[in-house]
Amino acid sequence: MKSISIKNNQQIPFDSIPVLEYEQFLDYNTSLLHIKDNHCVNYYGIPQKGKIKLICCVANDKEGLIKISSAEVSPQTTLESFSQHHLAFEKFEREIYENFGIHFINHPWLKPVRYPVNQSDKNNTISNYPFFKIESEELHEVGVGPIHAGIIEPGHFRFICNGEQILHLEIQLGYQHRGIENLFLQKKKLIELHTLAENISGDAVVGHTTAFVNLWETLCNQETDADLNFARTLASEIERVAIHTGDLSGICTDIGFQLGSAVFGRLRTPIINFFQQWCGNRLAKSLIRAGKTNFPFTAELGETLKTVLDNFEPDFNEMCLVTFGTPTVLARFEKTGMVSNEIGKSIGLVGMAARMTNINRDIRASHSYNNYATLAHQPILKHHGDVYSRAQIRREEVKQSLAYIRQLIASIPSENLNRKSLPKPSPNVFALSLVEGWRGEICHCAITNDTGDLQHYKIKDPSFHNWLALALAVRNNEISDFPISNKSFDMSYSGHDL
Amino acid sequence: MINNVKILIHQGKQYIPDVTTVEVPGVFRGRPVISNEKVDEKALEEICPTKAISINPVAIDLGKCTFCGECAVAFPNKIKFNKEYKIATNSREDLVIKEGVDNPIELNPDLIRKEISDYFSGSLKLRQVCAGGDGSCELELGATGNVNFDMGRFGIEFVPSPRHADGIVITGPITKNMAASLQICYDAVPEPKIIILAGTDAISGGIFVDSPAMDRSFLETHQVDLYVPGNPMHPLTFINGVLDLIRKRKK
Repeated sequence: MKSISIKNNQQIPFDSIPVLEYEQFLDYNTSLLHIKDNHCVNYYGIPQKGKIKLICCVANDKEGLIKISSAEVSPQTTLESFSQHHLAFEKFEREIYENFGIHFINHPWLKPVRYPVNQSDKNNTISNYPFFKIESEELHEVGVGPIHAGIIEPGHFRFICNGEQILHLEIQLGYQHRGIENLFLQKKKLIELHTLAENISGDAVVGHTTAFVNLWETLCNQETDADLNFARTLASEIERVAIHTGDLSGICTDIGFQLGSAVFGRLRTPIINFFQQWCGNRLAKSLIRAGKTNFPFTAELGETLKTVLDNFEPDFNEMCLVTFGTPTVLARFEKTGMVSNEIGKSIGLVGMAARMTNINRDIRASHSYNNYATLAHQPILKHHGDVYSRAQIRREEVKQSLAYIRQLIASIPSENLNRKSLPKPSPNVFALSLVEGWRGEICHCAITNDTGDLQHYKIKDPSFHNWLALALAVRNNEISDFPISNKSFDMSYSGHDL
Repeated sequence: MINNVKILIHQGKQYIPDVTTVEVPGVFRGRPVISNEKVDEKALEEICPTKAISINPVAIDLGKCTFCGECAVAFPNKIKFNKEYKIATNSREDLVIKEGVDNPIELNPDLIRKEISDYFSGSLKLRQVCAGGDGSCELELGATGNVNFDMGRFGIEFVPSPRHADGIVITGPITKNMAASLQICYDAVPEPKIIILAGTDAISGGIFVDSPAMDRSFLETHQVDLYVPGNPMHPLTFINGVLDLIRKRKK
């Protein structure tokens, strides 16, 4: 057996993961990715007794299973790369290279990812990133960031332009690196781990915290109570509505469409204010806890939410009709920042960014968790892979989420008053949790030691896969279309840099 | 065109008429009030994820607090968070709320530099620098300018360039990888200039304070003019804090 198949949120003994020879490991995983329904959800290394254990997790979306395999290699060694066979591994291999000094042969661009504190080459600093260069008198470079003109997170964009046209964009990240994965091991109290999970990416609080608590309950071998499953599903869909609406506002801002910018912007307010009414925080920090809740969802809250949605929906629909019916808006949306289906598949896009180019990838449908099995989710797919598709997908996903929310609050489960307290996590186990945040697939993996404490914690934000898509999307676009392309992807910097 | 006008009519007035007195909806954890009740103080101290609670006597440091409310759930008679969002101040010590004290948090006029009231009382342009922030404080700072909160009506705005700014607003715990850029940005702001720390992460480092990936040395050498607590801070906390900073004068 070359791998062990597990379901989303299932724990297995860590030593039950087959250990392959590296050549076999490479053959096995790269050939898995040539099958249409498979994609890599995580590939990373952990230091173990002077060796590096590489763990590769490939999900099959049809069977709803994740195939876990591993290999043991030495640090600072040289290996054939996965990326030469399938580009979707490129970022994962760069991360392994950066953390452990493993050189991958035939990797297209073996460059640092985020300049972490525990990087293998301590002399590397973020100021000496090796950018691609073109020697030409006709071309010029444009550098943007790390600090951007708006109120957003930092990252550096280096364009190589021919006049106004972008030939190449290279995105350098790492400015946000806070060492969060190490803090998961350093901090011992459960409340500290919750706080860390809530701070991974501030616009996907529900997504990341749900991934963490589902994983933690799996490690503890405790089934999730019905009311907790309900609350997490509900919160996840509210978050999707809120951020998608805010993003539509941002997209309108970036093309100078003032009405859409103002109206979508203000429409987000009652949705995030509802989070405040529920848990006291507009972005749902403090709402989700493993094995308990401090803020049970009451029938009264259900009524309030229903009123909020009843007011929101007609305004949202009206604004969408005008936005998507205005020729000057459409002229900026259509055929801007395109990613083809082939490119999307080859770089392993996930989430909304995959679905905009007709890749049917949605964890809610393929690896369901919490209450998604009962919602029978059907992913919304678009075909053009441009700004228009990304805006449309938001419009339709908002509509879909509103229907889910209404369906959910029609039968609110009563609060479990005899909640069992959480036991300690099982010793020496591996578990993986997948969640479809509004941006896409969030993956948290954990390994426990002999005493049931965390030995390793790995976080993967959907942006980790998707940043490359932005760099490819803007090629041959006017540089003035960059902001709208960027906003329509709306990737996370902190979720990437960790 | 007709449809656009229809939308304007349907939307009506969305702005909050008075951002200094409006009440926030639902539960909101603003200023904590700590009673004199005797409790198991050790257990209380243990509950906090960011060591914001100190004991003998019990106090909560809002510069470290994530406002998760865990302490108020476990000790409901000892700690209550009221709905006051005016919790920004210019004195770091004033963010520490002690037991038995129930006074509003205010700016200390004696600490406000004269040039702030001289130059910025009618117009303040700010450059925001995110240094390891998770994006939540950034979203809320963005919201201060939307049609609901409309901070622009007071002449307070965020600008794209430090050269156009009167000061910087720092969010996030300040990572090593952002430390140099933060300094360059601050240096590019013309004098006189102010520094505002927005959110728990910026004020104390929050949950990240003991991470080796942080470099908070910038704060050791520069004077901070305003602390705006919250995780993330509420737009009303920010707006009211900044308004007080530019409007209050030394007696």
